[in-house]
Amino acid sequence: MGLAVLLALIVAPEDADQGISQRIFYIHVPIALTAYFCFGLGALKALLLLWRGDERYDLESYVAIHQGTIFGSLTLVTGALWAKASWGVWWTWDSNQLVLFLVLFLFYCAYFMLRFSLPEGARRARSSAVYALFGVVLIPVSFLAIRLAEDFIHPTVFTREGPQMSGSMFLTFVVSWSAVTLLAYVLYRVELTGKRIDRDLRELREVLS
Amino acid sequence: MSQGEYVAAVYGVVFVVVLVYVAIMAAKLVRLEREMAELLELARRRAATALTDEPVPTA
Repeated sequence: MGLAVLLALIVAPEDADQGISQRIFYIHVPIALTAYFCFGLGALKALLLLWRGDERYDLESYVAIHQGTIFGSLTLVTGALWAKASWGVWWTWDSNQLVLFLVLFLFYCAYFMLRFSLPEGARRARSSAVYALFGVVLIPVSFLAIRLAEDFIHPTVFTREGPQMSGSMFLTFVVSWSAVTLLAYVLYRVELTGKRIDRDLRELREVLS
Repeated sequence: MSQGEYVAAVYGVVFVVVLVYVAIMAAKLVRLEREMAELLELARRRAATALTDEPVPTA
């Protein structure tokens, strides 16, 4: 992460069009992609739960969606700051990608309301899994919205002709993306391990009492 | 706010959120460690009680 920040803030050249605010791209886009990935992973684990019936996928799906909402919140906050710096507004309802990302984010926020409104057990695991799977439909729609709707407000950097940036900018982006993905993976493993130990300790307490 | 300040704000927000998340995880691990120690103590006491309650073998 340190190398990524160093490259993004010091080494990468300044964008001729956007100026210094373009440096937000190196953190905002990797975080947004990680949020999509976490939601997708949560849906995949939910599918595995419904398919194989293994209860361990319930916790894995929950933790992935939890990570997704954290990275989703960061995407919205960093995006709002970038919008204010570049467009002069915190938010615009004219951009389909922004609105669809907000819908996706709110959809997965509601996942927690559903999950914690049900008693712990197989029914909660199945209901949560079905809900998580419904949300996965929104991911490609949100991701491709800018291309489908020919949205000119939100910039498109990655086109069919490749990335529209210089080599050093692309390298900085790749390093930042790798760093954020690695960070998300480490946080996912730590949270998952913590939740598993917590569950095992509760079971052990019940056995001993 | 200048554009540079917005860039600093973005990186600062990300740093603070990650820091808070790690702090929450650390607090949770401390709680789990304490609970583990409590359960270990309980298990040891149970084992000691079981040993003292064992009937003495007669010849």
